[in-house]
Amino acid sequence: MNVVNDLRKTIKKLLAEKKIDLFVGWEKGSLPMAATPIFITNEDEADRIVFDITCGNNLSVYFTKDKKQFADKKVGIAVKGCDARSVVLNILEKQIDRANVVMVGVPCHGVLDKKKVLAKTDGREVLELIDGGDTVTLKGNGYELSSDRSEILSSSCLSCIYPDAQEYDIFVGEPRGEVPNENRLKEIKEFEAMSTSEKWASTRAEYEKCIRCYACRNVCPSCYCNVCFVDQNDPAWIGNTCDFTDSMVFHIIRNLHVAGRCVECGACERACPMDINLLLLNRKVAMEVKDRFGDVAGLDINGKPAMVDFREDEKQDFIMG
Amino acid sequence: MSEWQPKILAILCNWCSYAGADLAGVSRMQYPPNIRVVRVPCSGRVDPLFIMKSLQSGFDGVLVSGCHPGDCHYISGNYVARRKFAVLKPLLEFIGIEPNRVQFSWISAGEGERFATVVTKITEDVRKLGPSTRLVKKL
Repeated sequence: MNVVNDLRKTIKKLLAEKKIDLFVGWEKGSLPMAATPIFITNEDEADRIVFDITCGNNLSVYFTKDKKQFADKKVGIAVKGCDARSVVLNILEKQIDRANVVMVGVPCHGVLDKKKVLAKTDGREVLELIDGGDTVTLKGNGYELSSDRSEILSSSCLSCIYPDAQEYDIFVGEPRGEVPNENRLKEIKEFEAMSTSEKWASTRAEYEKCIRCYACRNVCPSCYCNVCFVDQNDPAWIGNTCDFTDSMVFHIIRNLHVAGRCVECGACERACPMDINLLLLNRKVAMEVKDRFGDVAGLDINGKPAMVDFREDEKQDFIMG
Repeated sequence: MSEWQPKILAILCNWCSYAGADLAGVSRMQYPPNIRVVRVPCSGRVDPLFIMKSLQSGFDGVLVSGCHPGDCHYISGNYVARRKFAVLKPLLEFIGIEPNRVQFSWISAGEGERFATVVTKITEDVRKLGPSTRLVKKL
């Protein structure tokens, strides 16, 4: 647990030296499988900070959704690879000022997907979870089992290429470096190999589950419009129904709104109560953006988000004749 | 009832494609009467939501047309639009919407003939696909 100790020390030092007014990190949650975000303003509280497989929340979400909290404050934030890219995007989109953020990178080995853990325990409640690196021990009423870390990781982590923060002020622990992830596009390629009707059947089966709770939108650090297009009622773009077409239009448009901005942190998928494979479309869009425009969301702090930029000589194979 | 006719929404930019359509008209060119035209100031005005919404309301096809790259009245509107469409089109194909339902083209104010050709092509493409069913809201 050296990383956690170092992280705590770093936070204490930052607060003591008045380099930050506030630190955003994770603490042990009241449920064993989910760490809770914590805002720390004084040094003594720093010992509550944890960092392990349960720290799934993308904390940069507070920069866009709780702006008042951060007005004129210097904020320290613990960032995994994906979180750091979100923060970079928030900076590029002028939601926060780089000078007011101290990014503390932590080496991420992936975060868990609760649904996968529950599948492992056959739905039995997990009362204690011990993150032992490569193996994770799950304890509950009358059982104890250990699982390979890779078996319970969120799908976003299994396809992750940048586990370390690419932009940071302080890095705690050892960076993992870029992970060459050959399987990243496997699912997409398999999906693309299907016929149009098969694709549609598959999409329909997946998105029919949607109950339009908007958890995916609410947890997304890139979704921060003051009034989301689904909430507008003049014009009412989308009916307030659970009708499949309404849900589908919502998901397609949300995907396009985060095109070139989605960092694939997987927060949406983990938040989804209906277990929809949301990241598949996000990954497909990210792949198109990378292939066509050469952009990867949130990697370049001096760049521009892909969809507000253009080049004159782009490929336009999709334009009619 | 007579044979099914495709209903296609054509979203045309004010400065090029709409004028191209006008030229096709005043030149008395023949093209299928299956399009319903919406005039927008620029192809950059076209939100993908408009396209999705029209498919959801029952249009069998959508054509979006703007000025040729470099000719935009607002300098860069069509470049920005191109990026949006470049992502939208593969995404629609990916989820299983027939590729030819939503099409994009560049038509200048002088290309009345091209307008007629494009409309004929998309009408035939959509006719082959048959009535749209996949994203149509039936409530």
